[in-house]
Amino acid sequence: MVKQINFVGILTIYKSEWSRFRRTFWQSLITPIVTTMLFLLVFGNAIGERVGGINGVSYAAFIIPGLIMLTVLNESLSNSSFGIYMPKFTGTIYEILSAPLSPIEIVIGYVGSAASKSILLGLLIFFTSTFFIDLPIAHPIPMVLLLVIVSCTFSMIGFTIGVIAKSFDHLQFVPLLIITPLTFLGGAFYSMDMLPAVWKTITLFNPIVYVISAFRWSFLGTATVNLNASLMVIFLMFFVVLSLIIIIFKTGYRIKT
Amino acid sequence: MNHPIEIYDLHKTFANGVIALESVNLEIEEGEIFALLGPNGAGKTTLIKIICGLSTVSSGNISVMGLDIDRHYKEVRKLIGLVPQELHTDMFETVWDTVCFTRGLFGLPKNDRLVQVLLRELSLWEKRGEIMANLSGGMKRRVLIAKALAHEPKILFLDEPTAGVDVELRQDMWGLIRSYKKRGVTTILTTHFIDEAEELSDRVGIINKGKLVLVEDKKSLVSKLGKKQMILKLSSPISYLPEIFNEFKIEIKNSGEILEYTMPDTDQGERVSKLIKMLETQEIHFKNIETIQSSLEDIFVRLVSKK
Repeated sequence: MVKQINFVGILTIYKSEWSRFRRTFWQSLITPIVTTMLFLLVFGNAIGERVGGINGVSYAAFIIPGLIMLTVLNESLSNSSFGIYMPKFTGTIYEILSAPLSPIEIVIGYVGSAASKSILLGLLIFFTSTFFIDLPIAHPIPMVLLLVIVSCTFSMIGFTIGVIAKSFDHLQFVPLLIITPLTFLGGAFYSMDMLPAVWKTITLFNPIVYVISAFRWSFLGTATVNLNASLMVIFLMFFVVLSLIIIIFKTGYRIKT
Repeated sequence: MNHPIEIYDLHKTFANGVIALESVNLEIEEGEIFALLGPNGAGKTTLIKIICGLSTVSSGNISVMGLDIDRHYKEVRKLIGLVPQELHTDMFETVWDTVCFTRGLFGLPKNDRLVQVLLRELSLWEKRGEIMANLSGGMKRRVLIAKALAHEPKILFLDEPTAGVDVELRQDMWGLIRSYKKRGVTTILTTHFIDEAEELSDRVGIINKGKLVLVEDKKSLVSKLGKKQMILKLSSPISYLPEIFNEFKIEIKNSGEILEYTMPDTDQGERVSKLIKMLETQEIHFKNIETIQSSLEDIFVRLVSKK
């Protein structure tokens, strides 16, 4: 029997997540933009003047891709982890589980909406920063595509965290203690070429390095890590996380008793 | 013709090793109100959760309208409405939105008329713009019912619909459940209030420690297992009854002060009047008559404590 895709159901979850987003408009949209602009102001302008240019662009322009990613990664994680953890916490997840929705459809609804928020946020930060600095953009379409796939991947990671989490502390753990340090160490604020050889090799085990490098390539046209390697890592992460989510739903782990 | 729900040899063991359900077999009839009765922790909610997709099966088969609940979960879930026991709601959503949300999850297009009718029936129309956090417990319960009915299910599960509900709302709820029965909705309700089962249900299933101890038509259950007795308090004690009373099942109690007559199921009252007339002719006088019929509650207590 051909299973009909429940488009209305997916859209219902998607829209309800957006309405949650609207209710917390300031917190979820304005705060990250303001934070990023502060980073740009302090690091880009105040300190950047002393640092001088990197790879032929101003320091401020150099860190923008990293700053956008820092926000996009964290927002993807927190929005989607919160999005699925809340129904689990309040118990309203019963509705989702007893509805005619397949695991994939549920994931598309939640992750799609969290990812869309991150994409919107990424673009807004980008446009806001063009008011402050001269920002080159070498490959606009790949830039948007990268934003999309990275937002989706990290929203799925967030979704997984939300499913596994047993408390609100767990929700914060991965974004604050893993993703933020990895992003800071992933070349958001410096070029990999500045590192001593040993550290450069160690850094290559950090997946965020590839994400930031590829994203920066879409702006500046040059990449610190091989672009193909970056794209491979990015796609690999996407599929690994996707499979993980499917497994979680198939087994009902931490969702069904 | 398929039964709305058929359960064969269902077993459920939780991850921590606790056995929640053990070889449960059950067929629900079309259009009936079936009351699943049992003490706390008996497995009532687990059974419902499994059928609705909230809990997994350890072994056994369940079909809804002839469709396997795993293989055809989408078709099955469209047929089922669930009102959970706990008042789970999105605190910041309005009544109207939350009911529309459920309808959407079931893949159905918006239907303002239907939602309006539902909200009016459940006396929620005035509250349609309120957010859930502002509603009382009873109101929230009504919203959950509206949500469960928003996709026009054929089968309705009510997990303890009147737990923590005041007397008035309880009556309303019962009226509502009956009205859905009239519309052909098959209803399965769990309760640990025996009067609720007695009042509402067509059939009763008694579940205890994960086992379905008994499934029976309510009326036949009461008449089969229930005892009807007549207690006569005598004016002066007697030590024995004349032989002509042997046709009646009578015991002499309280050192001859009380006669306890257990009525046969077939008795429509003729035997009682015959007995009274005979007592009068034998000049055995009594000052008080009392009849008692054991309720579902007595039967329940007897069955559950026996196991």
